[in-house]
This record gives sequence, C-alpha cells and structure tokens, in this order.
Amino acid sequence: MGDILSNYDILGAFWMTIKLSVLGTVGALVLGTVLAVMRVSPVTTLRAIGTSYVNVFRNTPLTLLMVASILGMTYILGMSLSDDQQTNIFRWAVIVLSVYHAAFICEAVRSGFNTVPVGQAEAARSIGLSFGQSLTQVILPQAVRGSIAPVGSTIIALIKNSTVASVIGVSDAAGMMATIVENETGTFGVFLIFAVGFVILTLPLGMAFTAMSRRLAVRR
Amino acid sequence: MSATVLFDAPGPRARMRHRILTGVGLLIAVGIAYVVLRKLGDAGQLAAEKWKPFVTKDAWTQYLLPGIWGTVKAAVISIVLAAVFGTVFGMGRLSDNRGIRWVSGVVVEFFRAVPVLIMMYFAFNLYARNNVFAVELNPLMAVVTGLTLYNGSVLAELVRSGVHGLPAGQREAGLSIGLTQGQTLRSILLPQALRAMLPALIGQCVVVLKDSALGYGITYAELLSWSKTLGSAYANTIPAYMAAAVLFILMNFALTFVARKVEARLGRRGVRPTPAAGTAVLGADAAAGGNPAGPSTAQG
Repeated sequence: MGDILSNYDILGAFWMTIKLSVLGTVGALVLGTVLAVMRVSPVTTLRAIGTSYVNVFRNTPLTLLMVASILGMTYILGMSLSDDQQTNIFRWAVIVLSVYHAAFICEAVRSGFNTVPVGQAEAARSIGLSFGQSLTQVILPQAVRGSIAPVGSTIIALIKNSTVASVIGVSDAAGMMATIVENETGTFGVFLIFAVGFVILTLPLGMAFTAMSRRLAVRR
Repeated sequence: MSATVLFDAPGPRARMRHRILTGVGLLIAVGIAYVVLRKLGDAGQLAAEKWKPFVTKDAWTQYLLPGIWGTVKAAVISIVLAAVFGTVFGMGRLSDNRGIRWVSGVVVEFFRAVPVLIMMYFAFNLYARNNVFAVELNPLMAVVTGLTLYNGSVLAELVRSGVHGLPAGQREAGLSIGLTQGQTLRSILLPQALRAMLPALIGQCVVVLKDSALGYGITYAELLSWSKTLGSAYANTIPAYMAAAVLFILMNFALTFVARKVEARLGRRGVRPTPAAGTAVLGADAAAGGNPAGPSTAQG
C-alpha cells in the first residue's frame, strides 16, 4: 500500500479532477444562466432554442459527448484545441462538462424563478417600480436564493461526472485509479482511497450548500 | 409559462421589441445550423453514402439493435436490483434500531457520493481478478454493480422521504390497532410510499439508461460502443454518434412521458407524489451529501 502511495501521483490526479471541476463549473454556470434567461424570456424563438438545448443535452449520455468530442470533433472535423494531445483532451473535457451541465444549471436557475410567487411581481409593479427595478430589487434576490440548492446539487454532480473524462484519456483521479487497479494488487484499499477522496471533495460542499440554502431560504 | 412572474402583457413598443428579438433568435439558430452543417459538409460527413447505412437492414441488425439490447439489458437489471437495494436500505434508515439506522445511513451516503465510474472500474477489476463470473459476463456485471449501488442509494432516500411525506395519522393508526413498528412500516407505510414514488422511480430509469453508457469505459458492449464500431465499419463516425444520441434521446423521452402519465394518474386518485418526484422526472440528478434538492443527479 505504501508503494502505491509513493509510486503514483494520486494527489496530482485529484488536482486534475479539481481543475476539471472548477473550470467546468464556471463554464456551466455562465452558459446555464444565459440559457435560463432565454427560457424565461417572452421571445418565442429564444425560448425554443433554450428548450431544445436542454432537452437534447439532458437526455444524451455524457460519455457519448466525451467520446464524440475526441473521435468526432478532433479527428474527423479537425477541431483540435491545442497541438499538444493531452492539452487538447483536457480542453475538450472541460467544454463537454460545461455544455452538458449547463442544461441542468439552466433548469436549476429556472426553478429558482418559479419559486417566486406572481404576487411579488404584481406588488412591485403596483408600488410603481419599473421593470428593471422590480427585477433587481424584488424578483432576482428571491430567485437566486431559491436556486441555491438545485445549483449546488448540479455542481456536486459535475464533480462526480468529471471522472467520465478518464474515458477519453484525461489523467484525473478515475483514470489514475483504473491504472493502479490494473497494475497492482490490493484493489480494495485503492478503491477506498479514491472513494474517500471523492467523499472529501463532495460532502463538505453538499453540507455548505444545504446550510446556505436553509439560511437564505425566503420565508413565505 | 414561467415568464408570467417577470413580464406584463406587452404593449405596442414591447411587442415591437419582441418581434426584433424573435428575428435575432431566428438568426442565431440559423447561424448555428449553418456553421454546423458547413463543418460537417467540409469533412464530407453529409455525403449520402454516410447516411445510407441507417436505412439498410444490416446497420440495424448487426450494430444498433445489439447496442440497444446491451443498454436496455444493463438498465433493466440495474433498476430492478436498485429497487430492491433501495427498499431494503430505505427501510433500514427508518428502523427503530439505532445500529441498523446508522449502518444504512453510512452505506447510502457513501454510495451516493462516490462516482459511478469509479465503482465500475473497481468492480470490473475485482470480478476479472477473482474469476467471479464467466469472462464475457464481467463487463455487464460491473456495469450492473455500479448502477445498482448508486441508484439504489438514491432510491433509498426516495423511500425515506416518501414515508416521511405520509400523514402522521397513518402510522399512529397502525400502532393503535396493535401492529408493531415493523408491521406498520411494512403493511401500511411502505405500500403507500412506494405507490407515491412510482413516477420518481420511472424518472430514475432515465438516469440509469444514460449512465449505462459509462460501461463504454470498461468495454461493455452497449449502444455507444456499438455505434463506434458502426462508425468504423461504414466510415461514418459522426453520423453514427448522432444516431446513437437520437436513440438515447428517444428512449429517455419515452420514459419521461410514461413517468408524467403515471404521475397524472396518481394525482387523479389523490395520491400525492413524493416531493422529489418532480425533479427526478427531469432526469437531472446531483445530490450527494444530504442535499435538500432531492435525489436527482446528472450522472453521465
């Protein structure tokens, strides 16, 4: 067991997982918010684009998107994102994680809007607030608080799903584990190390999001 | 339409603005479609012979149908086992015995927090080394193991929240006619909770179906693997992946549709679906570590 710890750069592999997760989360939050705005807008075509995006990416396996990004996008369409093979794979993995989870972030943000009762908007307008004022002063503060819990769940799912990047050869925690269990004995201990690693990454985050969503919950 | 919270009925100026934005949206959609088709066209992926295989019998009988079969087989076995696992550990978490409650809690939280792919890598290696199953069965069993442990834990949480969602009078009535705690749970609370969580259970099938594609990572022959083979056989990689994606989407739409129907039916009979039902049907899912958002996750 000590050999395994010294022969393999397990911390480095988890650092790769963290990099994938952080960059993927940033991308998913930006893209997901844009999509959510499109889905709640009163413009039909924008709504239709948002809805189709969510339906397509929420029902396609992440593994398929990962594999297609390398075997399809890079090899067939020649859309390489870097001359270095490993960098190209890493960048595509981040993009795929963002694109896939943006659909879930979009739904999470939208569900936040849906927690705001219509009466709030009507009250805001009846005391003379403009659209911009009622949006920034009344609707958004409540909608953001309502979406903390589902957005948190999506981010945790993203961290766990970043393991799928190992399928296309990113040397993250899952890829490292696959290599170790293939070459070494004592598989169960190795599994426990990596499993506990993910528990450490996700459990405190989950507790933080739960606490935050409770504390900031809008009392109704 | 959720837009009602934000927007008034539009006046003439707003209607004008909406018309302009509609045009902009249309331009964006057409622009994206143009870029995609252009890229595909440049790479020769739009040529008729790349798409022709999909209307021949061979592509279906030799590649796509075996792929669908592999995916469905893994998903069905997993969801059945996960339902059993979920019921056992869900009941465990509701037990009077503090030890059973604690052990079930640790098991459920652990398997919800660990990525499915890691469990599959581990199970695959374990089975292969110890010759637990016949060699050709190992990938399937590893996929089923990973999917069962994760989704079973999610379902255990559903069972628990389903029982907690029942009116307190149900349990009290059971106890007052002389049933023990266990009898009350088994013959009064659980049947109602299971019925109420039926839509969420079907929604979880979407997650299982999608996650079975993770089997690609451990050489399990499911739809993704078969469509890759098809792509090599006919030299039409991109159309093959698109076909696989469309098949996955159609299967998931069918499941979501059934879940909605069941939910509506239960609603008419006055059975309240569990709170988590709505989110799970979305096929989203993401909870690890006691998140309040319900058990849905975006596993991949």
